[in-house]
Amino acid sequence: MKVPLKWLREFVDVNLPPKEVADRLTMSGTEAKGIQVIGGTWDNIVVGQIAAVNPHPNADRLRLPTVDIGTEPQTVVCGAPNLNIGDKIAFARVGAQLIDGHTGEIAKLKPAKIRGVESSGMVCSEKELGISDNHTEILVLPADAPVGTPLADYLGDAVFDLDVTPNRPDCLCVIGIAQEVAAVTDQKLHPPEVAYEEAGTPIDQHIAVEIIDADLCPRYCASLITGVKIGESPPWMQQRLLACGMRPINNVVDVTNYVMLELGQPLHAFDYELIRGKKIIVRRATGGETITSLDGAERNLAGNMLVIADVERAVAIAGVMGGANSEVTEDTTSILLEAANFNPASIHYTGQHLSLPSEACMRFERGIRPELTMPALKRATQLIVQLGGGQAARGVADAYPGKREPEPMVISTERTRQLLGVEFTVDQITKVLTSLGFECQPGASSTEVKATAPYWRSDITQEVDLIEEVARIIGYDHIPMTTLSQSIPPRSPALMLDLEQKIRNTLVGYGFQEAITYSLTSLEMLRRFRPQTQQVAPMPARLANPMTAEQEYLRPTLRANLLAALVANRRHEEVGIRLFELGKVYLPREKELPDEPEVLCGLLSGSRNDISWLGDGGQLNFFDAKAVLEGLFRRLGVPASFKPGDDESFHPTHQAAIAINDQEIGVIGELHPKVTEAFDLAEAVYLFELNVTELLPFTAGHSMFQPIPRFPAMVRDIALIVDVGVSHQQIVDIIRGFSLVKDVAVFDVYSGKQVPAGKKSLAYRITYQSPTHTLTDEEVNKVQEQILKKLSRQLGATLRG
Amino acid sequence: MIQQLDELKTKALQELGQIQDGKELESWRVRYLGKKSSLTSILRSLATLPLEERKSAGARANQVKADLESELQEKEPALREARLVSGTQKEILDISLPGRPLPNGRLHPITQTLNEILNIFVSMGFQIAEGSDVERDYYNFEALNIPAEHPSRDTLSTCWLEPETGSDEHTMLLRTHTTAVTARVIEKMKPPIRVIEPGRVYRYEATDATHLPMFYQIDGLAVDKGITMADLKGTLYEFARNFFGEERKVRFRCDYFPFVEPGVEMAIECLTCNGKGCRLCGYSGWIEILGAGMTHPEVLRRGGIDPEEYSSFAFGIGIERLPMLRYGIDDIRLFYGNDLRFLRQF
Ligand SMILES: [Zn+2]
Repeated sequence: MKVPLKWLREFVDVNLPPKEVADRLTMSGTEAKGIQVIGGTWDNIVVGQIAAVNPHPNADRLRLPTVDIGTEPQTVVCGAPNLNIGDKIAFARVGAQLIDGHTGEIAKLKPAKIRGVESSGMVCSEKELGISDNHTEILVLPADAPVGTPLADYLGDAVFDLDVTPNRPDCLCVIGIAQEVAAVTDQKLHPPEVAYEEAGTPIDQHIAVEIIDADLCPRYCASLITGVKIGESPPWMQQRLLACGMRPINNVVDVTNYVMLELGQPLHAFDYELIRGKKIIVRRATGGETITSLDGAERNLAGNMLVIADVERAVAIAGVMGGANSEVTEDTTSILLEAANFNPASIHYTGQHLSLPSEACMRFERGIRPELTMPALKRATQLIVQLGGGQAARGVADAYPGKREPEPMVISTERTRQLLGVEFTVDQITKVLTSLGFECQPGASSTEVKATAPYWRSDITQEVDLIEEVARIIGYDHIPMTTLSQSIPPRSPALMLDLEQKIRNTLVGYGFQEAITYSLTSLEMLRRFRPQTQQVAPMPARLANPMTAEQEYLRPTLRANLLAALVANRRHEEVGIRLFELGKVYLPREKELPDEPEVLCGLLSGSRNDISWLGDGGQLNFFDAKAVLEGLFRRLGVPASFKPGDDESFHPTHQAAIAINDQEIGVIGELHPKVTEAFDLAEAVYLFELNVTELLPFTAGHSMFQPIPRFPAMVRDIALIVDVGVSHQQIVDIIRGFSLVKDVAVFDVYSGKQVPAGKKSLAYRITYQSPTHTLTDEEVNKVQEQILKKLSRQLGATLRG
Repeated sequence: MIQQLDELKTKALQELGQIQDGKELESWRVRYLGKKSSLTSILRSLATLPLEERKSAGARANQVKADLESELQEKEPALREARLVSGTQKEILDISLPGRPLPNGRLHPITQTLNEILNIFVSMGFQIAEGSDVERDYYNFEALNIPAEHPSRDTLSTCWLEPETGSDEHTMLLRTHTTAVTARVIEKMKPPIRVIEPGRVYRYEATDATHLPMFYQIDGLAVDKGITMADLKGTLYEFARNFFGEERKVRFRCDYFPFVEPGVEMAIECLTCNGKGCRLCGYSGWIEILGAGMTHPEVLRRGGIDPEEYSSFAFGIGIERLPMLRYGIDDIRLFYGNDLRFLRQF
């Protein structure tokens, strides 16, 4: 909302600098985003009067006006067509800063000789002054402009650019802001005086108003002005409209816009002669009804949109836009002026669905009061009579089915203190509310005030609203800062967050960089992880209104977006990359919100180390990935196991399913070469994904302390030869089954020339220990023999010679 | 015999003087003092000598042995000292060479920021609560006093999920603010309540340097008897000074959010210009940090809490802005681009 200071001053005395006013408005809820100073650069420009116009001796298209500026007459060279003796104009002396009419750049006016004639300055166009784009004619000022006065004093202004919050439609107008300024600067509001002559027969003999759908139209008022001459509105009005960002059209339309900007009530002018049956009917659109709106577009109306109709057809889309069939044109002489009130939700719906956001729409959808129609209608009628001539019919039409008496509300000092934490007196409360236009009366007790909101305020419905008014006008700075004094509420342990924290810290400790990727992904990306089936199943949840194809589906896995992050980094990273994300995936469910488990996904690829003089450490592989999870599970005290997996995203034999107590909670493996190829990667990528939500129950509680062994351990190494099909896991499961075995570690795995075909060799270091005594060789030998026997019996293992 | 002993001693001492390391010293000891040394065999052969000669030779032999042993004892520490010192002088290390590389991981700057903020509020007695990213229309809007066709919805442009099967009504959405969690908490928990609600939120918005379709917020809520706006100001100030530092000025002004009344906006003095006004702060000198207010009675009522008995404050903080301000990051898209060259800086 743009509010020119001069306009504001018509309704309130402003004695403070604009910056201070802007700051106070900002603090009280209406943010001033900036102040635009019109004429701030108009040094050396004054109001002049054309005293004479002589021809240029050397050029037909140029003339030599003599300009009276109160001191010495100035003669300039000018090419504009509208040089008339007696006109008041803007005269720029040498040194003035003007906008070049052709290049648009700001330049300082220099002394110039044009075609042999000295020009002592310039008569300015609107463009040169930065008022508008008009450069074909010079600016002609109103006849009462005082000659010799600096133009900045006469025409300059400061325009506040205000951000009005959606609850304050009353602030979408100059008088509304004036009311706020009055309240925050301790001044009084002077509303405009409205008076005009009425004549002839009463209005109801000219027009009837019927509201059929009163739920959408609480009030409809109209006046009639006959004998109007359509023309341009006066410069002062045009300038104000322009300053507020509206384009002048003609005197009648300009008045409706002007009054909307002044009082906040949208108005609409019909050509009265085009209203058929001389009746206004406010009703919902009928099925298939269309209307050509003022912008020339044909609009299809839905049955829940409200129209203003005559007896035959719709003549306007209520509150949104007028119809072309009843438009005010140059030939119009009788104006039917509408000031009505419409249901905010209905207007919002219509404006959105027809894609017609307008100034009127914006005000109606925020909910303005029906009481506002009458003052605005009268003000606009007065201005039309004043500017367009004509005669106002006697009275105004007023259909008001939604009339409700304003109800006073009670605000108590007690409740105010309870909510704000600071005491305000009845006097302070009364003063604030009165300054905002509230009617205040003493309440039932000495600590209460009975307040009735002014007719323009639609946002005050209960006591807290009144308390906010008091707080914001006195200022939030007057509320102290205290700490919560109540006892701290009971807190349940945040197990999930603790687990997430532990996982993140562990991964970071292992050298993984945390990534955060978008929750949305595309089906195409997900399909790349399905090299066999090409099917994404089950289907992920889809957005009804995706912004882009890349962000159409809620991710059912973290893999896709994380791998994309790796790919993007691979363009500039040559060494190993270790990335992880811990976040939600979204799994659709019938009749319920999607399941949103927390998932950990990690991936690693490339060289194990950065390049180094100590060697590069080789390439990252499956066992680097597995080590991360093993380390994580150890840290969490979770007994996870790895079993061959069957996820089609992975290399068929280089993958494992991760299970805890037979419950599968994740996968790990080398991505299928087809998957990496689909992402334009030539390297092997190792990825793991873990359902952290399912992991959580296994991490509950903690294990008890185990005493440190008091008796020495004994260590034995064995090398076994087994079929290649026998797994390490099978071997250690057997070894661990013996009671004195404290630990077992594999330290060599070999298959090749040294062992028979179809066999492999594994070497283990077994640690024996007893909690009760020092072991003897004999004891250990006995156990080791039993171990070997069992390995031989169950797995066909033999000792390597 | 005695002469033999003296020669032996002279030779031994001479050899001892030239010994450089422990190994040589050991072989010297074996040679002269060991079981097979000539001194030992001399001592053994004494038995064959006549008594008189045996006495004097024996005394001399023992004397030689004692002398050699004491010389050896003196030599040993000198030798150890020499060994330790020479060991440190032999190998010169180029300490300017880099160490063995270790992979380096970091938390994402947004995680770091979330942790920092959550810790501040947890220390004030707040409990962390989480909601779901996909929400019902009701909790995102109606429960928060934002009815359908309300203009406030226009600034919360919404990503809707496709209707559930058998329906053509959009009822599920990606929450536009974590205030939806507040609506859930009010409905589910009983006062006293102090919760802090971090999470992802979504807007139907085109991506540019200052806008993302997905970002993070933290909402907070306190409900109890006697909670005031002064408490709200104090709580938010505590957060601000912990996060931005004691010196940073804080401003509270009136603002509007449908779910609070009175509504508050908290701004801090611009970090770039320190309040003088610059492009970053729109020449106002202030940077808006969060929205807050006293929870609207209607919102409490809908969640089953009596606003006559309890009062409440609520606030919501946008997260990305905070590291952007602190580190001077000028493009919000960097956060979720996951470029390692960006992430490694935090
Ligand atoms: Zn600044």
